[in-house]
Amino acid sequence: MPPLSYDARKIAALTTNPGCARRAVLDAAGIDKARLAGRLGATPGAFTQSPFALTRGRAFEALVKANGYAELITLLRAELAAPVEEARVADLAAAEGDRASVRTRARATERLLKRVIAEEDSRLILDHPVLTLEIAGQTAYLEPDALSHRIGDRIHVVVIKSFAAIDGQADPRKTAAAAREAAVHVLALRRTLTGLGASADLVADQFLLVCPKDFSNRPYGRLIDLRQQLDAVEHQLRRLARAEDLAGALDADASLDLSVQGDQGPPVVSDDHLARTVESLDYLYEPGCLDFCELSRHCREKALAAGAPARLGGTVGGDLPGLDHIAVALSLAHGQAEPDEHRREVVERLRAAARLRARCLGRGVAS
Amino acid sequence: MSVLTTYARLRAAEAGRAEPLATVRHVHLAARPFVLIPLALAGEACAPLAALVGAERERPELLIVAEPRDRTQRFAFVADLADRVLPHLDSFTRDTEEYTGRRDGAKRILTRCTEAPQILVPNPGGIAFLRLLGRSTRFRGTEGPHAVPPGVPLLGKWLTWFTDRAEFPGSSQLLAMTEALSVHWATGQSGTEDGNLASLIGWIAPPDGHDGHEAARLAEDPALRPPAGPATDPVFDHTLHELLDRYERAGTDPLRAALRHQLEKQLRSQLAPTWDLMWRGVDLLRSLPPGASVAGRWEFDRTLFTDYAAYLAETGLPQARRDHAVGAARRLARLEDATARYELARAYDDPLVMAEHELAGRAFTGVVIATDPSRMVKGPRSALFRPLVTLRTDALPPRLELGDKVKSPTRRDQPARLLAVRALPDGDAEIDLELEGGLARKRKPPAPPGCVPEPGEELCYTVLDTGHSPLAFPDDEATPWTHGGPPTPYTPTEDDADEAWE
Repeated sequence: MPPLSYDARKIAALTTNPGCARRAVLDAAGIDKARLAGRLGATPGAFTQSPFALTRGRAFEALVKANGYAELITLLRAELAAPVEEARVADLAAAEGDRASVRTRARATERLLKRVIAEEDSRLILDHPVLTLEIAGQTAYLEPDALSHRIGDRIHVVVIKSFAAIDGQADPRKTAAAAREAAVHVLALRRTLTGLGASADLVADQFLLVCPKDFSNRPYGRLIDLRQQLDAVEHQLRRLARAEDLAGALDADASLDLSVQGDQGPPVVSDDHLARTVESLDYLYEPGCLDFCELSRHCREKALAAGAPARLGGTVGGDLPGLDHIAVALSLAHGQAEPDEHRREVVERLRAAARLRARCLGRGVAS
Repeated sequence: MSVLTTYARLRAAEAGRAEPLATVRHVHLAARPFVLIPLALAGEACAPLAALVGAERERPELLIVAEPRDRTQRFAFVADLADRVLPHLDSFTRDTEEYTGRRDGAKRILTRCTEAPQILVPNPGGIAFLRLLGRSTRFRGTEGPHAVPPGVPLLGKWLTWFTDRAEFPGSSQLLAMTEALSVHWATGQSGTEDGNLASLIGWIAPPDGHDGHEAARLAEDPALRPPAGPATDPVFDHTLHELLDRYERAGTDPLRAALRHQLEKQLRSQLAPTWDLMWRGVDLLRSLPPGASVAGRWEFDRTLFTDYAAYLAETGLPQARRDHAVGAARRLARLEDATARYELARAYDDPLVMAEHELAGRAFTGVVIATDPSRMVKGPRSALFRPLVTLRTDALPPRLELGDKVKSPTRRDQPARLLAVRALPDGDAEIDLELEGGLARKRKPPAPPGCVPEPGEELCYTVLDTGHSPLAFPDDEATPWTHGGPPTPYTPTEDDADEAWE
């Protein structure tokens, strides 16, 4: 099976739970985590998009880019004070024909970027460019919605989203997700430009978010600062280079091959074998994983079996330093076991809590 | 969250059943709550798709939009919803009672409704959706192009008002069921997972033969337990997409009617399980006795409801899109004040909440071991009547200092002062308190029976004080430049309603 390549969303997800070696290795190896979850007998996290959301997203992007990108150019003028002169647009999705592979489009993007670097007053907007980013020995092809022309000697990444900004305020969670994706694009563009001999400063550390205004379809744009996200993504990418080291700890016969023999034959690697390999990769489950990782429900069951308090949420884990098992924490709290020196303080607090609750509820401490 | 909650969650996880976080109910539950479960179309800013509504458990009413991408139909839906909600709100304005309150800086006899409406939605997402629905409808014109029925902007103003009130802790006018339940129970799963009403109730009241873990897993299957909205299950959206497309293309009226019927059936199947859960949530909350301060907070809710209904009957301007600086500052102060009052009242109402403060060392519980009910001390002019109470407690409250003023939730009108703390060899402590009031205005002994605690009585004392006054603000005319000077009163502009219809 061809490995699934990284996309901006996946790379951004890595910054959400950076400590999870399992996800780092699986993504680096390009494993289809939803299928893997199915093979492990877990329900894959449901991340299918609603057909309504897809249609709406496409319609809105088409609207922003309709009539020679009139709306986009208007927004660039308003938000970035771009001069009124006509800007040209190179549509990289269409230019090479619909069936153009990402590789061809990436090469075309690079050619155009060379021109943008060479001409200081280049007025070229790149639509659907393809940028490449080397991650853990793999080339990821990234597709930003658009790149602005050089305005004030800066290129801005443009992200078009169909969630609304109502009275100037968009859903903060969705905005944050868009910003994480934009940061990946900015980083990829900077690396591409430095590769072409230009300065990384040519790419702004802000991006233009375009979304519908209020309850209408009218586009609304705002520049959003990315410096924090850029730091986070850069840090993760440096870490990712070690994914191979992480995988190095695997047994020689470890395998994550999900393919089947022939068309619909038996799997090449047995479910048990897969499970063994997955379990040998350290995971770091936290409830937030449920929002973005296809394998999260599998890890949740493992965390449940392991009695890990962290699955109850960050504050619970944070309240129990040094206690990594629920049953152990409870037996210490109920005085059925004695803590060592390092855990004395946390156990004292748990015991006080147990006493207070027992008294308020009129029951014995451990009953 | 505190270690107390953490411990409760650990126990719940181990036992497979939710643990109580409260011994009394901290929210008001109306005799006739209005349950409203909205569904929205994915991908749109605020496109209502359906709602299951009603104040009677046996009679949920289904409202749907057959073409949710069509604005005219969306507002027709809102008009339908207004026809259900507005008469319900109106029904509370008839019976009123008199009370003495302040208005325009003077004491006056005022009236307020004896009961007020309460709206229940499944989750915070439901509140957010109603807020958007309010925002999208309150400015709509009832004349001219794209006119809407008068109920639409009126409902918009009410929804905006309700969702604004929902941000105030202690207000019970609009409640999200998941949040109301989470105040009273700790589950053995994370807060994120508690956001799913079905799995939360699965933990609190697991079906026979299942524990909380299993019940919650079953509840996570969207085919078994459709999401409680406003977002729909993306898999269900495929069915819906097909039906909506067929409806739009249908040429004949009978075909449209048949498809509409199918749509209703599908949407009802998505909403009905949540309807049951909402009422089970109501049952669960009703199983707890109300806290002592709940009625007082609800009285305030009733007063505000009465005042806003009167405002709508007189001026009735929609709420501005944004608060001006003064309004925002006032609102923030009111929010902080409401939060502080609510937290305090909860602690006084509920020993399990007070336990949080005990754990933090701001309160202690002890048994009275000795009293000196006729103690007199030297005062500046004459001798003062100050009975002495000695309690024995099992833990030394670290944050209490000698001389601190303390009060007991069960003796709220009796201020006391901490005189001495003696640590005992076995880890317990003896605490001396002197009573400074609550002695039936007696200036010398004997105090009437019951005024001084008796030996053997168990009492909780805390430094938390209910005598808390909100921040004073200057009059509008005296607003300093930091807040933009005196504000100009809000008048709606054409701009507010300006929005492309398509």
